[in-house]
Amino acid sequence: MSNDIILLGHGSGGKLSHQLLDELIIPTLSRVAQRDQNDSAVLEGIESNRLAFTTDSYVVDPIFFSGGNIGDLAINGTINDLAMSGACPLAISVGLILEEGLLLDDLRRILESMRQAAEAAGVVIVTGDTKVVPRGKGDKVFINTSGIGVFDHGLRIGGSGARPGDKVLINGTIGDHGMAVLASREGLELESDIATDSVALNGMVSDLLNQFGEAIHVLRDPTRGGVATTLKEIALQSGVDICLQEKELPVKEAVAGACAILGLDPMFVANEGKLLVFVDPHRADDVLAAMRRRPEGERAALIGEVEATSTGRVMMRTAIGGLRAIEMLTGEQLPRIC
Amino acid sequence: MKYSSEYRDPQLAAAMVTAIAAEVADYAGTMVLMEVCGTHTMSIYQHGIRSLLPEQIRLVSGPGCPVCVTPIRYVDRAVAYARQPESIIATFGDMIRVPGSSSSLLREKAMGAAVQIVYSPLDAVKLAENNPGKQVIFLGIGFETTAPTIAGSILEAARCGVDNYAVFCSHKTMPAPMAVLTADPYLQVAGYLCPAHVSAVIGAEAYRPLVEEYQVPCVVTGFEPLDMLRGIQLLAQQVVDGRAEVENEYQRIVKPEGNLRALEILRQVFEPCDADWRGIGPIAGSGLRIREEFAAFDAERRFHVAVEEPREQKGCLCGEILKGKVTPKDCPLFRRGCTPENPVGACMVSSEGTCAAEYKYGC
Ligand code: SF4
Repeated sequence: MSNDIILLGHGSGGKLSHQLLDELIIPTLSRVAQRDQNDSAVLEGIESNRLAFTTDSYVVDPIFFSGGNIGDLAINGTINDLAMSGACPLAISVGLILEEGLLLDDLRRILESMRQAAEAAGVVIVTGDTKVVPRGKGDKVFINTSGIGVFDHGLRIGGSGARPGDKVLINGTIGDHGMAVLASREGLELESDIATDSVALNGMVSDLLNQFGEAIHVLRDPTRGGVATTLKEIALQSGVDICLQEKELPVKEAVAGACAILGLDPMFVANEGKLLVFVDPHRADDVLAAMRRRPEGERAALIGEVEATSTGRVMMRTAIGGLRAIEMLTGEQLPRIC
Repeated sequence: MKYSSEYRDPQLAAAMVTAIAAEVADYAGTMVLMEVCGTHTMSIYQHGIRSLLPEQIRLVSGPGCPVCVTPIRYVDRAVAYARQPESIIATFGDMIRVPGSSSSLLREKAMGAAVQIVYSPLDAVKLAENNPGKQVIFLGIGFETTAPTIAGSILEAARCGVDNYAVFCSHKTMPAPMAVLTADPYLQVAGYLCPAHVSAVIGAEAYRPLVEEYQVPCVVTGFEPLDMLRGIQLLAQQVVDGRAEVENEYQRIVKPEGNLRALEILRQVFEPCDADWRGIGPIAGSGLRIREEFAAFDAERRFHVAVEEPREQKGCLCGEILKGKVTPKDCPLFRRGCTPENPVGACMVSSEGTCAAEYKYGC
């Protein structure tokens, strides 16, 4: 392509559109995308009487941040949404909304990370769409991804499955993604060794479900609103009380420091590669060990448990022994974080 | 600095909690200890410190949240500025959601006004440089902690000849309101946990006149949980012993004389003035205004706008809360009409506000 930026014509449906598709998008996503350019993808050979279906849009600002970019975020996010329902992600669609003037090099980098993310997770990109909006009417690039997943088991995993006595586990440090995006924004001089945790969790989920099946009661990824909001949602949905131990919560020092400076609480900061697991107390140690065996679970920890009372409250035993309540995130703490 | 472990050791904390309980075991009545620092308010809630203290000690939050002590008239005037087509309002995040008499900056923004959140006043100067046809007005609120950086932004704008940058200044200073609150017989403040960041600028010695005049104990205290417990312990000791002294728990950061460079920058750009505190009223010499020399950067001197008559929100007890007279749970609107998504008063907006902290962390 002779141009080095996105032009309005790239979204016209005409010659430039075909060029963009043939010369950049399809070749980049080639190994993970199907080649035929029909209006819809046909998925064959699905033997499952239950499907999971999800969609999510990504508007993160800036589009490149420490440890990742909007591309891998969009792939991992949708894979994780499917995985949290217990489904095996099968196929993903990608909708790109590009702003006129976007550097083709930037688009190339984004597509390349989408390819890598899909490949790493073993998921195929089967269909897509590209639109271009005039300069100033969008912001560089927005991505929508939808995904379909299948079930190879009969387990029902949801936010309402928590039971008294369950142990609460998490696969690693909290608040990394939100602080990585913030640190990459202009005007904030934060420590640089903060990187997004964005990663696909379908591998870990299928490990856990295969090995522990019915002992797994809840799976949830604490994205926007952070661990606090997600736990509160689970407490309300399941009608249980949850008590956390602050000293067990894994937080990277750089993240804790940056949060302290900005007056944020890592419990409310977004994650993109974390999952909360509610598990039968008898299997908790084994589940923890299984999580730690995977790279995305190296710093997995047991952070709390479900209590016998059932008022929908989440409490935290603080590091110094005090007790406080945990509520959902209110308002938008950090806009455009994913 | 280690944020997570060093100042949060559970064993040390337990020992301090026991020591505090022993200290006040024979104390008859309630010992009211006040903090006047938004970070302390947050820390008390965040670490569940109240749940660890003996019942004789009552921790109350005073006027330590910068957004909360800003009078409603200020918000109304900021709204009026925002409505001028040539202005860009630059502000720290919390301010945009504070309800004014009939609008808020958030509402004005939704209706098309240019309101931009910045993380540092220097960003606002850059904003002015990048928008030569516009007037960038930075909302200068806060205590001695933020004031030096805002003074710095004025010096920077002067140095670079940025003539479309101005500060709408409503800075407050410590410890002026503490004297007013100490003199209030209804409150019976037995001692103060003096702020961490503010004291780093003004120095521990700044509290000496207050201690000497009112015989009220003051302990400069950090905001890590162990700092807080240690500060409470030192205060309780003073009260029980009948002493009134300035003590400095936070020596690793706070010097007796403060941060002389920051104080110099403050003095260069600002001069003391009377200031209006929400909930408390006007206090002589408790604010900062821009010196004549920098009048070109003073939004109030430069822009004349019609501002509506101030109307406090009906039923909101923010004023009483800022004096430590009532707690959020005493407010009939708390959690009902007033939530962080839909705040009635400033105390519910700022993350350091007492109502917001109670909403988020209260048991
Ligand atoms: S709860 Fe709301 S209305 Fe009541 S005092 Fe607090 S801010 Fe004001």
